[in-house]
Amino acid sequence: MNRIIKIIFLDILKNKIILAYTIILGILSWSSFGLEDNSAKGLLTILNIILFTVPLVSILFSTIYLYNSSEFIELLLSQPIKRKKIWLSLFLGLSLSMVLAFFIGAGIPLLVYAPDSVGIMMLIVGCLISLVFVALAFLSSILTRDKSKGIGIAIMSWLYFALLFDGIVLFLLFQFSDYPIEKAMVAVTALSPIDLARIQILLQLDASAMMGYTGAIFKDFFGTSLGLLISFLLLCSWVVVPFFISLIKFKNKDL
Amino acid sequence: MIEIKNLNKKFGRLEVLRDVNLTFKKGECIALIGPNGCGKTTLIKSILGMVIPTNGDVLFNQKSILKEYLYREQIGYMPQIGRYPDYMTIGQIIEMIKKIRNSNQTLDEDLLKAFDLEKIFGKQMRTLSGGTTQKVSATLAFLFNPEVLILDEPTAGLDPLASEILKDKIIKEKEKGKLILITSHLLSELDDMITQIIFMQDGKVHFHKTITDLLESTNEQKISKAIAKILKSQSNE
Repeated sequence: MNRIIKIIFLDILKNKIILAYTIILGILSWSSFGLEDNSAKGLLTILNIILFTVPLVSILFSTIYLYNSSEFIELLLSQPIKRKKIWLSLFLGLSLSMVLAFFIGAGIPLLVYAPDSVGIMMLIVGCLISLVFVALAFLSSILTRDKSKGIGIAIMSWLYFALLFDGIVLFLLFQFSDYPIEKAMVAVTALSPIDLARIQILLQLDASAMMGYTGAIFKDFFGTSLGLLISFLLLCSWVVVPFFISLIKFKNKDL
Repeated sequence: MIEIKNLNKKFGRLEVLRDVNLTFKKGECIALIGPNGCGKTTLIKSILGMVIPTNGDVLFNQKSILKEYLYREQIGYMPQIGRYPDYMTIGQIIEMIKKIRNSNQTLDEDLLKAFDLEKIFGKQMRTLSGGTTQKVSATLAFLFNPEVLILDEPTAGLDPLASEILKDKIIKEKEKGKLILITSHLLSELDDMITQIIFMQDGKVHFHKTITDLLESTNEQKISKAIAKILKSQSNE
């Protein structure tokens, strides 16, 4: 297994895009932290990176990489290797490179400028979000054989999670503002990994005070260690479930 | 050595293989022929476990290959269109497959030398011509001394010299008692290699005969003519 992961990992590193992604993350993070003495602005920049850039790059790059390595997968399949091993190695190779890129690009400045609970939380959540969207990329690339369709699905799911989902939540909040739906909203956030990440970080930033009553409910739930644990588990299940579905599909795929 | 039992494969509504039953034994060199889209490649890929049959089974040394993978250690496969990671060089590809196989057996580097691949080890796969890529595929198929060789259109795209080298190699391996399965459209090329012929049409096995049988029953000298005769007589019926 390690041999294949190593091959895939080196192949991805040779592809300059990951390098460029790391450098861009680095430039954004270092410069926004360097602007002011206060680290708050830098943290907000990185929050936006985690919520928008990391998901987009992770899902798009992984989907395209998977489609482009279809020949490589075919080559491996004619060798004495388990299908599960091939798919898992691809996942680990891609995840490793995306997480590493995030860690070097955004994680190191985070640890330098904000070495407190907020910084570490952001680092963990950023890595998890990378993993979630790599897993979603595996799901979207296994759903269809057509490359442009698969990439389309990847972009759509990014749009949905990054932009649309928020709009839907907002719409629900306004429509049902007469009813006590705050508790239900907590459950709804579990449906989007980006929202889970956002809430976890915002609560660490103490911005929840500005989110009104709902914010208080969120704080009540996610602020406790049990809530924190549950939301972490939810984020992890956003990695495991899509990948597991894709693995089952891959095992029965015709190549 | 390989037994195919009631193999069916559907891609959606399209029936690609219909109730295929075949047995291949050691030392045989079998040509799999038929019109385009008759299911040859699908049949080969089912044996390799790349295509999962809708129903039916493939037995390799009396064991079902479904959900198995180790049996592939004994198969060398040369795909119709070998496509490899673009940025890897020939040397890296060969090194990689060696690492993945991790076998202690002595490697069969005949083709590597015959095709002079060592000189262009540093070339990236994307810069190679179709023929050179085929040479790499062929080298990889023979490299680990497999008991079974599955060659999908082996000589397509190769220049006459390289195709001669490959044919000699196939004959040599056949004489060692290996099972060789070839698909091809070029019947004239098969004459001096094969011992049996399978003709497929619309996903079904039309006939499976030894060459001597085929030639005797049709009173012909060449395989291509014998097959043409059979197909003609059937269309007249």
